[in-house]
Amino acid sequence: MKPAAFTYHRAHDVREAVELLTELGDEAKILAGGQSLAPMMNFRLARPSALVDITRVPGLDYLRHDADGLRIGALTTHRAVETAGVPDGFRVLPRAARWVGHYPIRCRGTFGGSIAHGDPTSEWCLLAVLLEAGIVLRGPRGRREVPATEFFHGFFATAAEPDEMIVEIRFPGAAPRAALTEFAQRQGDFAVVAAAVSLTIEDGVCSAARLVLGGVDPQPAVVDADQALVGRSANETTWRAAGELAAESIDPPSDGHGSGAYRKRLAATLVSRAFTEAATS
Amino acid sequence: MTTVVRKEDPRLLRGVGRFGDDQQRRGQLHARIVRSPLAHGELRSIDTSALDGGVQVVTAADLPGDLRIPVRLSVQGIDLNEYLQPVLAADVVRYVGEPVAVVLADDPYLAEDAAELVELDIAELPAAVDPGTGRTAAEFELGFGDTGEAFAGAAHVVELDFEVGRHSAVPMEPRALLVDVDPASGALDIFGMTKVPVFNRAVLASMLDVDENLIHVHASDAGGGFGVRGEFYPEDFLVPWLAFTLRRPVKWTEDRSEHLVAVNHSRQQRHRIAAAFDVDGSLLGMRDDVLHDNGAYCRTHGIIVPELTLAMLPGPYRVPAYRGRITVALTNKTPCGTYRAPGRFEGTVVREQVLDVAADRIGIDRVELRRRNLLTPGELPHTRAMSTLGTDVVLDPGDYPGLLESTMAEAKRLGYLSEVDTLRAKGRLAGLGVAMFLEKSGLGPQETADVSVSATGAVHVHSGGTSLGQGIETVLGQLASEALGVDPSVVTVIAGDTELQPFGAGSWASRSTVVGGGAVHVSALAVRERAVQIAARMLEAAEDDLVVRDGTIAVHGAPGQRVTLAEVARACQPASPFLLADEPAGLAARRRFEVEHMTYPYGAHVAVVELDEQTGEVRILRYLVGYEVGRAINRTLVAGQLMGGVAQGVGGALFEEFRYDEAGQPQAITFMDYLLPTAAEVPGVNVLISENAPSPGNPLGVKGAGEGGLTAVGAALASAVRDAAGITGSVERLPMTADRVHRLCDMRGETETT
Ligand SMILES: Cc1cc2nc3c(=O)[nH]c(=O)nc-3n(C[C@H](O)[C@H](O)[C@H](O)COP(=O)(O)OP(=O)(O)OC[C@H]3O[C@@H](n4cnc5c(N)ncnc54)[C@H](O)[C@@H]3O)c2cc1C
Repeated sequence: MKPAAFTYHRAHDVREAVELLTELGDEAKILAGGQSLAPMMNFRLARPSALVDITRVPGLDYLRHDADGLRIGALTTHRAVETAGVPDGFRVLPRAARWVGHYPIRCRGTFGGSIAHGDPTSEWCLLAVLLEAGIVLRGPRGRREVPATEFFHGFFATAAEPDEMIVEIRFPGAAPRAALTEFAQRQGDFAVVAAAVSLTIEDGVCSAARLVLGGVDPQPAVVDADQALVGRSANETTWRAAGELAAESIDPPSDGHGSGAYRKRLAATLVSRAFTEAATS
Repeated sequence: MTTVVRKEDPRLLRGVGRFGDDQQRRGQLHARIVRSPLAHGELRSIDTSALDGGVQVVTAADLPGDLRIPVRLSVQGIDLNEYLQPVLAADVVRYVGEPVAVVLADDPYLAEDAAELVELDIAELPAAVDPGTGRTAAEFELGFGDTGEAFAGAAHVVELDFEVGRHSAVPMEPRALLVDVDPASGALDIFGMTKVPVFNRAVLASMLDVDENLIHVHASDAGGGFGVRGEFYPEDFLVPWLAFTLRRPVKWTEDRSEHLVAVNHSRQQRHRIAAAFDVDGSLLGMRDDVLHDNGAYCRTHGIIVPELTLAMLPGPYRVPAYRGRITVALTNKTPCGTYRAPGRFEGTVVREQVLDVAADRIGIDRVELRRRNLLTPGELPHTRAMSTLGTDVVLDPGDYPGLLESTMAEAKRLGYLSEVDTLRAKGRLAGLGVAMFLEKSGLGPQETADVSVSATGAVHVHSGGTSLGQGIETVLGQLASEALGVDPSVVTVIAGDTELQPFGAGSWASRSTVVGGGAVHVSALAVRERAVQIAARMLEAAEDDLVVRDGTIAVHGAPGQRVTLAEVARACQPASPFLLADEPAGLAARRRFEVEHMTYPYGAHVAVVELDEQTGEVRILRYLVGYEVGRAINRTLVAGQLMGGVAQGVGGALFEEFRYDEAGQPQAITFMDYLLPTAAEVPGVNVLISENAPSPGNPLGVKGAGEGGLTAVGAALASAVRDAAGITGSVERLPMTADRVHRLCDMRGETETT
């Protein structure tokens, strides 16, 4: 459990980071909080030839709210999100933070790192897809923004090029009624199944909804459960029906943490619980 | 009872303990073991040509002969020689993780790099993963009475299948060995062999073909043992042999992913158990057929876990007829050994589930059924006509029903029962679990201790036990201080140094306080007697008139006339006028303490759980251990042992399992997949330490306390989950993962199929 040899480089700003990535080639990797990369290197599942440490890059640690929505700097830690004061429409972010690992991990791991890592149960990846965030990248060809809904390509694979760095995640629209809930056998573990939902309720009736599941596909899975939701009364019966519909529409894998059949049942439960929470939030 | 603080803590809390990886030697080489990536295959060749010059590699071909690791504990007269593990695999690999080569480099990073470059050509063979398809290494039966008759005449027979998942100890500190060598003589100094150092030294000496005095195993701290640490593994030969051969210090530190495939696994068993009862629910007989998965080889424990499983299965109950039969199957998985409460964790859950199911079926309360069947104080001592660990099962005096009573009363007092009722009234799935168990401890045949007093009055105890974090230094120090009438702070305990105590039998099987403590007690008393003799000469008083207290020996009624223990020690030095011509110098004694039979502690566990029917989550709300320890030398340490045991038991009951796929690839090789319970999953533990049944077999009256916290956790949680889920059968399997509990909840109210 010792990493293979690598060279270490420290970037002092975004431009330098991108230059280093370009210069060092495809086998170079950014090091942020190290909470995913370091274990993977220790197991030699990741063998970057070079690390570009961005933790000293100033000005990437923020949550800012303006006309364009909420912007989160790539180096903002999970813990900073957890304790941030955010406008009403974005409360789901700090509320969901407690599901991310354990306290020491939340103090080091970064928002940008989670998005870049692209774990299909990652709370931030699910919420980015749910809230249709934009992933802001900087690379040798300049700046671009990729919609989160197109960013995740499968287990740990994303739309970011090896020489690109995530600088910001932009949440354009408020989602006043949103919730994320999940289940893992132990507190702090990656979820076996996670459900992130948002809702619009008008006059006691659900007029729009969005649902993203983690742990059922190689990437966050957007599930269409409109049939069970839209136009229905905002109540437990509806949420349960949405859960059942979601469960029917997925075909999750089996592994040591749970069979596919179990994951389907979990999905039904968690979706219904998430909608209940969203409706009352 | 005074609370004595742990002797170990000042150094451990200040970070100046000395663990395996803490030490370095100039010029040391770092070893890295190359392990088989396949579960079964013919090892055709090992290509090391990709390695550069700075690195050395050793394979089976380089070893002196076909070396296999002997069994430490032979039982039932069964020869296991055919199944012993080679130090390095030569022609066939039999499990993922099996050592096939060792690479040596100047630092551990380079060693790991180099190990990757060793190319193994292995022709894969089919792997036996299910024990049902494995080779049989041993098969035997234990029992007494006529079970045929018992079952034929029974009013109720309950039979069920139960499986316990493969799991094991995962101590905080993985294994580590540092071996220094004297370039001239080849004498070896070994750090990190913690458990049975004297035994391991003898094995190593015979494998190296040297005199055992050439090897000095030093005492060191260890971050937990729990049965797996300190047995003789392939590395315990390889690292010393390399140092001996190369005349250079060699260090090896196991990493966690190695640990999870390399140290002894344990527990994996499949039981078909049946119990026969008369109309009133009195047990008439018990039968158990067990299939035990021992992994790829028989290691140092041989077939001791299977034997203990059968021998301890009847537990604290009156079982007129019993027959246990076990098949020990070899599979292409990590070999197995003991893990804290070996055989009892498994047997207890199986037996207690049968009793729970039987109680429901017969229509008696679970606790009442147990009460009826527990051996009464009047029936003890009780001999069971079967032997384990080479000694007869003779249950020593105790009060099993009394302990069940007091534990249930304590559970009630703490509000366990009402909590279940309150939750149920709110429609929640709550359940109460109750399990009784019998433990064993204090395995002989002997332990030796040296106690000496130096010129400053400091007392030294050299024990053959080892310090694994359990607090042995504190307890042995207390015993020496009690016997010698000195403050515990002047006592230094060194445990597990083969030079200071060449006759030690080690720390395992909850034996250290009982047998090791007994040895310290008698040695310290011998020193005290000698001190009184010398003091009498110094004070010109009769020995009978002397009082030993607070580090002094004084004449009764004349407190001014006294000598300190330090003065007595100085009076024992060579040329002292107080020494007679033929007397040896020094105020010291070495005594041996022998026991004939083990002593059997017992206890009850009570748990309150709540289930989430939708997710299968098991929340442990309350947990109580009632435990009879004979006499608690240090209640805090006993409580600590019980709580730690519960934490590990929660792991085995709910989370931990070494799963394998069909090809024999281990599926739990990191802490993401091998789920240890964390602080969030381990409940607060209430303990009820009982000292009502001192053991007559040792002068201190103590019973061991090392394992009883763990023994019945699987049983109590299975009982609680079963109660909460409202199922009529058993929970069928441990660990009760969320997925499984979810399915159990689905079975709620279903009528039985068998
Ligand atoms: C025990 C444990 C439990 C955990 N539980 C959870 C959990 O429940 N949920 C969860 O979501 N996570 C969990 N994590 C992971 C944790 O959240 C990590 O912090 C996160 O996945 C990665 O963030 P990081 O800053 O540590 O990134 P790093 O580990 O430094 O990097 C991860 C990957 O992202 C790349 N990267 C990092 N930053 C950037 C950037 N700005 N631009 C481009 N690429 C970048 C790196 O090159 C690397 O490939 C857990 C981790 C541990 C150790």
